[in-house]
Amino acid sequence: MSQQYSKAETRQQNKTIWSVITASSLGTLIEWYDFYIFGSLAVVLADKFFPSANPTAAFLSTLATFAAGFVVRPFGALFFGRLGDIIGRKYTFLVTLLIMGGATFLIGCIPSYETIGFLAPVLVLLLRLLQGLALGGEYGGAATYVAEYAQPNRRGYWTSWIQTTATIGLFVSLIVILITKKTLSAEAFDSWGWRVPFWISILMVGVSYIIRKNMKESPLFAKAKEEGKTSKNPLKESFGNRFNFKFVLLALFGAAMGQGVVWYTGQFYAMSFLQKVMNINSAQVDSLMAIALLMGTPLFVLFGALSDRYGRKIIMMMGMAIAIVSYRPIYSKMFATTDLAQKTLTENGMTQKVTTKADPKHDGDQLTTYSSISTYTDGTELKKDSVVHIQADPAAKPIAAKVTKSITVNDSDKWTLIFLVFIQVVFVTMVYGPIAAFLVEMFPIRIRYTSMSLPYHIGNGVFGGLLPFVATYFVSSAQKAGNPEWYLQGLWYPIIIAAICLVIGVLYINGKDKSVKD
Amino acid sequence: MNAIRKAFGIVWILLALAAGYFCIFQFGLPKISSGSQDDLVFGIIILSLLTPIIVGGLLIFGYYALQGEYSLEK
Repeated sequence: MSQQYSKAETRQQNKTIWSVITASSLGTLIEWYDFYIFGSLAVVLADKFFPSANPTAAFLSTLATFAAGFVVRPFGALFFGRLGDIIGRKYTFLVTLLIMGGATFLIGCIPSYETIGFLAPVLVLLLRLLQGLALGGEYGGAATYVAEYAQPNRRGYWTSWIQTTATIGLFVSLIVILITKKTLSAEAFDSWGWRVPFWISILMVGVSYIIRKNMKESPLFAKAKEEGKTSKNPLKESFGNRFNFKFVLLALFGAAMGQGVVWYTGQFYAMSFLQKVMNINSAQVDSLMAIALLMGTPLFVLFGALSDRYGRKIIMMMGMAIAIVSYRPIYSKMFATTDLAQKTLTENGMTQKVTTKADPKHDGDQLTTYSSISTYTDGTELKKDSVVHIQADPAAKPIAAKVTKSITVNDSDKWTLIFLVFIQVVFVTMVYGPIAAFLVEMFPIRIRYTSMSLPYHIGNGVFGGLLPFVATYFVSSAQKAGNPEWYLQGLWYPIIIAAICLVIGVLYINGKDKSVKD
Repeated sequence: MNAIRKAFGIVWILLALAAGYFCIFQFGLPKISSGSQDDLVFGIIILSLLTPIIVGGLLIFGYYALQGEYSLEK
């Protein structure tokens, strides 16, 4: 039976919950920002902290470090989830905020591999692991905290505000990087400017810490603690108890797994595809991703609210189903916008120049750059640089030329790409908007933080976080094998994972919302 | 519907075994033994993390499903 509130009570509840959402969301947003600047600057970090002899290995090593940040998230979920169920939500996610902020700031302070050798990548890896641990503890706390304050019939709506923080955090990270790049010269950014987004984090964390420190504990948890109903061993109760563990598995395989791959496909894989497969220049990729994310973010709240009316299950499952059938046509269309074989060069459309300079890293060696800019009739521009290393010692082992391509798309294609990424963000909002409320409603107060955090972070951290790594590998392998549609092969991973999750979710989730009160 | 849920338990168990075979013998071991650094990292993550979660988790899920743990009455 639902409780009826007077208008005055509802106004007071709304005022309270807005302050709760602000305090929770701001900290969560900052944690996502901290996490994403690492991924957004992966190419720069690969160059700075990993041996530069093999750029592909360096890039993949960074991706693996990125994966390490995701892989440890479930361990963070266990550690901090347990703390949150024993001592309380508020203090636990104060700790996660401080750990994340400190680790992020310190990444920005580490000298490069050229300065301190292999200590550099080791330190980066350790700090990245700390980021992952902190994030593993953050989300479950924030979602649980807001849900335990929310009115039962609006829980989807209120918790969806927390769901916007991951995308807004990514958006803010792209904007900060974009502003830093535009403010500094390319050389300055490459030299030290890339550290600025990491340093900015400590200021934001400071503000968020002060706000969170003044928050009260979750009323439901406080009541449970007062009545002696909290758990002494939430890990054992969550995973050693068959009744609870079966719901942890269902939460993972029926919801979080599919949500994780859809989330990462629509955001990180889309970005990686635009840059690495389509060779669009990074500044243009950042700006069109930022526009698509900005357009799509309000839909988290829309679908969270719709889930209050129509149910969490139907919204999430529809999002997965539409994503599964749409991904290949979408990415095929994306790829076609930069298919230069279908475009026509303008008259005198190619300009070339050759420059030679001394190699700053090797005395006596020279670097000759063969640059060409090709302009096409539809406004697309291709910039290609081939850098040939001419060594002073004729007996030295030859170094292969380094070729880079960068495409700038025309305005029409840019808006086409924005629209195609936006469509993917819609799928993201459908699967992610309702999931916080869904996960909270699955578990009792005494083990909620622990039980909901683990499937969420395995679904997102493991299945989703490994997506760029797995998909990039599929694309590279298909390209080497001469598959004409090599650029679409990476999508099989999210399609298959989401399809399995869809079947399990449809069959086994009963679709009836539950109370968060025990 | 409960009967379908139970019957699909066999599907999840078979899927877990198929996924285990694929992850270990098609992905993990060939990548670890390829001699390439990027393959090594990929292989270790697949074998040590993704495989146990997918195989172990799906096996237990399938077993619970067969036992009727996800029937609506429970």
